[in-house]
Amino acid sequence: MANPCAIAGIGQTRHASQRADVSIAGLVREAALRALEDAALTFADIDAVVIGKAPDMFEGVMMPELMLADALGAAGKPMLRVHTAGSVGGSTALVAASLVQAGIHERVLTVAFEKQSESDAMWALAPKIPFQPTVVAGAGGYFAPHIRAYIRRSGAPLDIGMRVALKDRLNALRNPYAHLHQEDITLEQIAQSPMLWDPIRYAETCPSSDGACAMVLVSEQAARSAPHRPAWVHASAMRSEPTMFAGRDQVNPRAGQECAAAVYHQAGITDPRREIDAAEIYVPFSWYEPMWMENLGFAPEGTGWRMTLEGATAFDGDLPVNPSGGVLSSNPIGASGMLRFAEAAMQVRGQAGEHQVDGAKRALGHAYGGGSQFFAMWIVGSEKP
Amino acid sequence: MRDVAVVSFAQAPSVRADQLRNEVEILMPVVAEALGRSGISKHEIGFTCSGSSDYLAGQPFSFVMALDAVGAWPPMAESHVEMDGAWALYEAWARLQHGDIDSALVYAFGKSSMGDIAELLTLQLDPYSVVPLWPDAVSVAALQARAMLDGGHHSERDMAAVAARSRRDAASNPNAQVRTPLDEAAALAEPCIVSPLREHDCPPVSDGAAAIVLAAGERARQACARPAWIRGIDHRIEPASLGARDLATSQSAALAARHAGALGGAFDVAEIHAPFTHQELILRDALGLGDRATAMNPSGGALVANPVMVAGLIRIGEAAQRIIDGRARRALAHATSGPCLQQNLVCVLEAD
Repeated sequence: MANPCAIAGIGQTRHASQRADVSIAGLVREAALRALEDAALTFADIDAVVIGKAPDMFEGVMMPELMLADALGAAGKPMLRVHTAGSVGGSTALVAASLVQAGIHERVLTVAFEKQSESDAMWALAPKIPFQPTVVAGAGGYFAPHIRAYIRRSGAPLDIGMRVALKDRLNALRNPYAHLHQEDITLEQIAQSPMLWDPIRYAETCPSSDGACAMVLVSEQAARSAPHRPAWVHASAMRSEPTMFAGRDQVNPRAGQECAAAVYHQAGITDPRREIDAAEIYVPFSWYEPMWMENLGFAPEGTGWRMTLEGATAFDGDLPVNPSGGVLSSNPIGASGMLRFAEAAMQVRGQAGEHQVDGAKRALGHAYGGGSQFFAMWIVGSEKP
Repeated sequence: MRDVAVVSFAQAPSVRADQLRNEVEILMPVVAEALGRSGISKHEIGFTCSGSSDYLAGQPFSFVMALDAVGAWPPMAESHVEMDGAWALYEAWARLQHGDIDSALVYAFGKSSMGDIAELLTLQLDPYSVVPLWPDAVSVAALQARAMLDGGHHSERDMAAVAARSRRDAASNPNAQVRTPLDEAAALAEPCIVSPLREHDCPPVSDGAAAIVLAAGERARQACARPAWIRGIDHRIEPASLGARDLATSQSAALAARHAGALGGAFDVAEIHAPFTHQELILRDALGLGDRATAMNPSGGALVANPVMVAGLIRIGEAAQRIIDGRARRALAHATSGPCLQQNLVCVLEAD
């Protein structure tokens, strides 16, 4: 079977709407150098680089890994570029882990980024392609009907989304890297923010960020010389399904359910709500927290919203969800998935600082993309599996 | 490493512009053919990985629609690289090393006809310092050809000979796009497009798709009478800056060849991904091929069919197919990506 894989180094940039102080290369390097420093390694120690980002049109550079090879110390090494839509940050980490698990490499640097200020994601998401429906309203316009369907099906109170937004933004105050630091945010403020795509208000949607995340993934042998306690990959899975066909449930996609089932099975988890100590879930629009709670099997179908309402997903709840502030507080799209994976690993390493969940031993990192059709997940733990 | 083999290969014939079919429609029969030949159903496939580029299609997430060519239902374990399909094959090969799955589907697609490919590839260069000058892909390749010629080891005549041989071989390849014979002397008398490159030195603009099924160990033997075993596979990248590397050589190809175990022994066939004639000469040197390959690009190579994002995977497929057919025992396949051979992958394939 596959070799063990450990996370020995984690780094991320300060996320902001515009990082005009750095080039694209400078941005990815900022995260990479922090991850290397955490692992007490240099670029010279790295065997291969795996990089991911969302569509190239977000920066206007075709296959930017080519021009970033030098900045990431990849010259003379293998370099892979992953692109699986919004889940890409998670998939990229999984591809990097796969190289270690396969026994091919000892130390792999994985990086994900987006420099949204270079372009306009809304524009890049809305091309007019013959014979294809165009997503004219960006991602929010695409997902709003799914959220309305969820509310109708579950009978969730209409303020659940706002509660999620408030919780994640308050969590972000504990995270020095988060893009949004809204000290005085209130539920009322969120309620009064403009409605963008009913029922998604402005304050319930993710920001547009420049940022990057990096991790150093290592073999069991290499983990022995890591200066800080590593996190261990206990389970990993990717699942995809087509965008649309009759009978597909876009609210509670089967690919997400099966991806979750696969990681729980690998990690020997039978009761995820009890056995997982913290979860970093891809929630770009507030309502996706309750929706994913159900999809991930933390709550029976139709009851995910109760977890939010009862405070179960709060920082001091029984399953803290997005203690970092999540995608709602920082969204460098291509890196957002890897940030979830990295934040999960930070929790089980005990290095999450102000947003550390006490005694977290096992955490879930989750990312999704496309029309809720691409899923990437990993479960990380403080102990070697 | 676990024994993994190419057990089937299929490709769409490369054409200048497939105006009747979109990417999914080109891909669908190719995937079906590759799966059909292997006898491995899509439900059994343990992992699927594809390669393509959003910029070719002119839309974000262009690989998403390609899922419809595979019929990803029930949901499947799947990933995608924004690279030539040869790197998707590498990712799938790595995944098969885990030991928990026994087969993988790899596919790639690209319609270069949708835009001006030479101008589009400019976007691969440094966006701050080079792209504003907008050097097109042929001009960038010409810099490399000039650097090679200045080295004095190869001539424009050598380049024309590569083109002529490729055209001859294309005549017997039904998937090739450029199949008219080339009169070397007449071709050399033609004016340059961008000095020192003439028309015959440059690849055609192609639409195409390809698919490969990989299987491990016993499953490979069941799927194929004569599997093409991957004995070594490696890829390396170089700095992007055209001024930071010696364009007349390919260090990354040489490095990949060394790590793939391709520097020793003879090959019955070598399929080299060289979109420009001078690049084959550079790669032959870097890979130390010399007289070690009996047949050089018998498919005609990327000079006669160059679907971008697919042409590298086709090289692996063509090399593997010769082993599967019993026409070769040991083969070398190579794929390249980026301006002036920036990134290179080398794969050594063998029969039992």
